[in-house]
Amino acid sequence: MSILVGESTRLIVQGITGREGLFHAMGCRDYGTDVVGGVTPGKGGSTVEGFAVWNSVERARRESGCNATLIFVPPPFAADAIMEAADAGVELIVCITEGIPVQDMVRVKAFLRGRGSRLLGPNCPGLITPDQAKVGIMPGHIHEAGNVGVISRSGTLTYEAVWQLTNEGLGQTTCVGIGGDPVNGTSFIDVLELFAGDESTEAVVLIGEIGGTAEEEAAAWIGEHLDVPVVGFIAGATAPPGRRMGHAGAIVAGGKGTAAEKKAALAAAGVLVVDSPAEMGARVSEALGR
Amino acid sequence: MKIHEFQAKGILRRFGAAVPQGQVIDDPAQAKQICEDFGGRCVVKAQIHAGGRGKGGGVKVASNPGEAERLADEILGMQLVTHQTGPEGQQVRQVLIEEALEIDQELYLGVTLDRAAERPLLMASRSGGMDIEEVAQSDPGAILRELIDPLLGVLPFQSRRIASGLGFEGGTARQIQSIVASVVRTYLETDASLVEINPLMVDSKGDVYALDAKMNFDDNALFRQRDVVELRDVHEENPLEVEASEHGISYIKLDGSIGCMVNGAGLAMATMDIIKLYGAEPANFLDVGGSASQEAVASAFRIILSDPAVEAVLINIFGGIARTDRIARGVVAAIDELAADGTPVGVPVVVRLEGTNVEEGRDVLERADFDFLVADGMASAAESAVEALKNRVAGS
Repeated sequence: MSILVGESTRLIVQGITGREGLFHAMGCRDYGTDVVGGVTPGKGGSTVEGFAVWNSVERARRESGCNATLIFVPPPFAADAIMEAADAGVELIVCITEGIPVQDMVRVKAFLRGRGSRLLGPNCPGLITPDQAKVGIMPGHIHEAGNVGVISRSGTLTYEAVWQLTNEGLGQTTCVGIGGDPVNGTSFIDVLELFAGDESTEAVVLIGEIGGTAEEEAAAWIGEHLDVPVVGFIAGATAPPGRRMGHAGAIVAGGKGTAAEKKAALAAAGVLVVDSPAEMGARVSEALGR
Repeated sequence: MKIHEFQAKGILRRFGAAVPQGQVIDDPAQAKQICEDFGGRCVVKAQIHAGGRGKGGGVKVASNPGEAERLADEILGMQLVTHQTGPEGQQVRQVLIEEALEIDQELYLGVTLDRAAERPLLMASRSGGMDIEEVAQSDPGAILRELIDPLLGVLPFQSRRIASGLGFEGGTARQIQSIVASVVRTYLETDASLVEINPLMVDSKGDVYALDAKMNFDDNALFRQRDVVELRDVHEENPLEVEASEHGISYIKLDGSIGCMVNGAGLAMATMDIIKLYGAEPANFLDVGGSASQEAVASAFRIILSDPAVEAVLINIFGGIARTDRIARGVVAAIDELAADGTPVGVPVVVRLEGTNVEEGRDVLERADFDFLVADGMASAAESAVEALKNRVAGS
């Protein structure tokens, strides 16, 4: 079992004729994902590396029956790409693009209300259900199918957690990167709800970072609703206040959004919080009695 | 991106907000005439990006033109220390000479992003001149809040609600409604991340002015805000951070002595955290980018080592799509390049590589001319960096 992506995923890539888009379209296909083609306005009707290219998402969806899209469109045009995919009714929209203006995302969120699409990201590595579908830029081979769900605001730190799990002999149901921007499509709680409804997920690793209150909200939800063990890590305990730590959303502002507050909220909700990022995998093993 | 007060006021004026008359100067001799033009009294305000200028002695009232010149001379060139500058302070290069107005009331007005609501949030309060975060802590009920629809902007009834909530009616209320609309339009149309008027002042005649103004902008939107980009003042930024941004590297200088080079922002923060857990302090945050190319690694080395406080370097790379052996070759080539340039790396370098082709990667490091300390996990890397630091400090 898994969440969001699996064997029934039919993926297109928006921005497929760009360097990044094509590279990762091939990476997803090589992993075994059913990549049915891609979209680049103005290049419709051609093929690239065996992928069909359409001019619009609407056309791509009509002709390919795609149910997921992976977006590599540059920041000035990425918001439009997301809204185009939502308008075409694509069920899952995963936006990798980093550097989208915050106000574009505020408008995108307003546009998505009442539409049936789910947006993951932007500024995220995507998601993967090991051995079934990779919809993102993560290295597939570090993953193994299993029973631990992973949710994170980070990219390489997620790979670190997955690598630790795999080395502990713990495979993953699905690993989801929700992205490092202040306004994003899918929250920790959205993903936790899905993991709660997935019988094969026996434990969850939640990786947060400084800035905002998403971890505190997740903590409250976990306390009320989640029965499986959750191991948590919050990056940025040593970050100075008022400085953006790489990710647009990773900033302690007005004394709010500190790692200490987030860790305390998670611990109070029963989450097994680790202070060392090197102990995420081992702590899951321990919690599962392995 | 941050800008100066006088620049923020210029933008607000363009959007129809009333601001005091003023002129920015870098030569104290100009102060006298300007003060005379303003009727013989004026305020001299240091222009630096940091807050807390008044308390630090950077804002003074002159009661005659001669005093204006003397105060401008005193403030220009000073190292202004505030709670936001750090102990070394920030040099004042420009002062704003402004007409002195009769203050009757000081209010607060600001717009920023409400991350939880995912919309702009307008805040107003009768406690002007104070830190809004302190007001939010001590008396949260004193802050009026209006969430702004990003597609519609602030609606007239919302501006009316703010004006009446602040306790005004008649002409003053109408002026407040107007400045509320200006502030929200400024926020939306300039891709600001913060527009703050603190204080928003009401004078004895009931007229409303933006007495101080602060604006920050969304770096991601600068590509479409050319006018804003021109307001950038690199003197206000750390030179190493400016250089890093030119190489596409995200670097933030900190106070410790272990320089960090990491790919990915989350892993970079986690690396800083684990250094602290093992008893040392990170010298910086540095994200070399996901691919950690040879050029990025070489630039990152130069930037880390230009910080004289750095006594050891910890490289933590999770090679995902980029193969680890290729990254290792990049690291070795960067070290060779620095040696060839006459700036060899003279501090211990701990490298932790993980991911694709990691065995070959470690081989490359072990065969190199440089004596890397190779670690095989985050914990042992941090431990080894802290130990190398202690040995070095003990040995020197």
